Amino acid sequence: MTVRSFAREMLSGDASADRVVPPSGFTAHLTLFAAGVMTFLAVFALALSLATGRLAERWGEDLAHASTLRISAPADQLGAQTEAALRVLETTEGVASARALTAAEQQALLAPWFGPDVPLEGLPVPQLIEVVETDDGFDAAGLRLRLATEAPGAVLDDHTRWRRPLVAAATRLKTLGLLSILLIGGATAAMITLAANAALSANAQVIEVLRLVGAQDRYIARAFVRRFTLRTFSGAVVGLAFGVVAILFLPAAQDQAGFLTGLGFQGAQWLWPLLIPPVAAAVAYAATQRAALRVLGALT
Amino acid sequence: MIELENLAYSYGGGELLSDVSLKLAPGSFHFLTGPSGSGKTTFLKLCYGALVPTAGHARIFGKDVREMTRDEIALARRRIGVVHQDCQFLDHLPISENVALPLTVAGRDVQAESQNLADLLGWCGLTPRAGALPPQLSGGERQRAALARAVILSPDVILADEPTGNVDWEMSQRLLHLLVELNRMGKTVMIASHDLGLIRAAKQQVQARVLRISGRRLQLAGADL
Repeated sequence: MTVRSFAREMLSGDASADRVVPPSGFTAHLTLFAAGVMTFLAVFALALSLATGRLAERWGEDLAHASTLRISAPADQLGAQTEAALRVLETTEGVASARALTAAEQQALLAPWFGPDVPLEGLPVPQLIEVVETDDGFDAAGLRLRLATEAPGAVLDDHTRWRRPLVAAATRLKTLGLLSILLIGGATAAMITLAANAALSANAQVIEVLRLVGAQDRYIARAFVRRFTLRTFSGAVVGLAFGVVAILFLPAAQDQAGFLTGLGFQGAQWLWPLLIPPVAAAVAYAATQRAALRVLGALT
Repeated sequence: MIELENLAYSYGGGELLSDVSLKLAPGSFHFLTGPSGSGKTTFLKLCYGALVPTAGHARIFGKDVREMTRDEIALARRRIGVVHQDCQFLDHLPISENVALPLTVAGRDVQAESQNLADLLGWCGLTPRAGALPPQLSGGERQRAALARAVILSPDVILADEPTGNVDWEMSQRLLHLLVELNRMGKTVMIASHDLGLIRAAKQQVQARVLRISGRRLQLAGADL
């Protein structure tokens, strides 16, 4: 069935096929409610996946191309070793640029830990050199060896040590989010199947009458399938609205909390949640169709 | 039309019908009698494909029931009008829509056939009740509505199971008259009934053959009726 003919069947509908099954108020509301709740949860799972995906990507990119060189040496040798280290870095393949941080910059970095009032000038603070790598990166082991001879007080920190577990954690969270979406989809299918089975057995007499007057299975199934598909779709639209509003009203991620990047969608990512209602409707369609044809196939 | 050949049918417990052979010719009129529980309803169900014989063959319009798909059986039912003993309807739809149901499920334009529908309801004396819901009808009205529903697609065969079971003598005469009229229009009719008075009355109006189920077999009853 093409998407267009599917949409036509669902929207224009066959009013007569719909009318042959008696309306059912209470269970209809339950299906709506369940579909709405599932969509609400799916919106959050999706937001979690996308946010952690963004996080993993950012950490991976920013940190992969930056390293730090720390030079600890007696005060009289610090300047000479820093210059020696910079010379080594300039001639190292894979280093795009290297820059010694100024005293003011170093102080700004330390301020959050010591407070602004502690006089840092008097402390023996190591000199930091910010190294930006090219895309290919440099040979860390070779660089360490050369630094050991030219500037014995230099320690290279290429960030890999603490970057890897963070990226791994973020990637794992993203996978968990996607898995949750799949599980929500499966639970929706199970729930719709149960509801459809209940509706089919409640309408056994209707089915018997239709069969007696020559209705084909497809016709009988359509009345149920269309009903459950539309119900799920409208429930999902309501759930989506609530989910999106809830996400919009999350406190915005402050600069200080930038580390958490904020749960939510950015830019074109807002299009993803819009896919949930059609997908939920498709799941309901498939589940009801299967349930209906199975129940009907068992009858004479 | 409908052909049974050495057919047997058994439920879990034991054989109900055995070695039944019959050909329903176009335009024929049959009565089916026998004590209750002898298998009249089962026999009719075998004739419209609701049951599959456990042995032998049942052919509907030349096709063996065993080889027919569910859809083929559904299509065959559009050519066989069935009136059940306890007629069932869609209780949430008015009588006029229930009678038109075979048109609806066959995908025919009900609006275009509205005159036919009105004529049919009038012919069955249901015009004043067209807007009523099935549970509001009397037994006789239900039987007539079921008959109207069975014939609206102008089927080739009409199978009626005790169509006069729940109605008084006068009403049963009216129903019989409707069935005889249909037979004169060329339809094949088979009525399961144990009402001998009805069969005698029919024999005065139409050339009817009487079949009797007795001892699991189908026999042609003598002229004594």
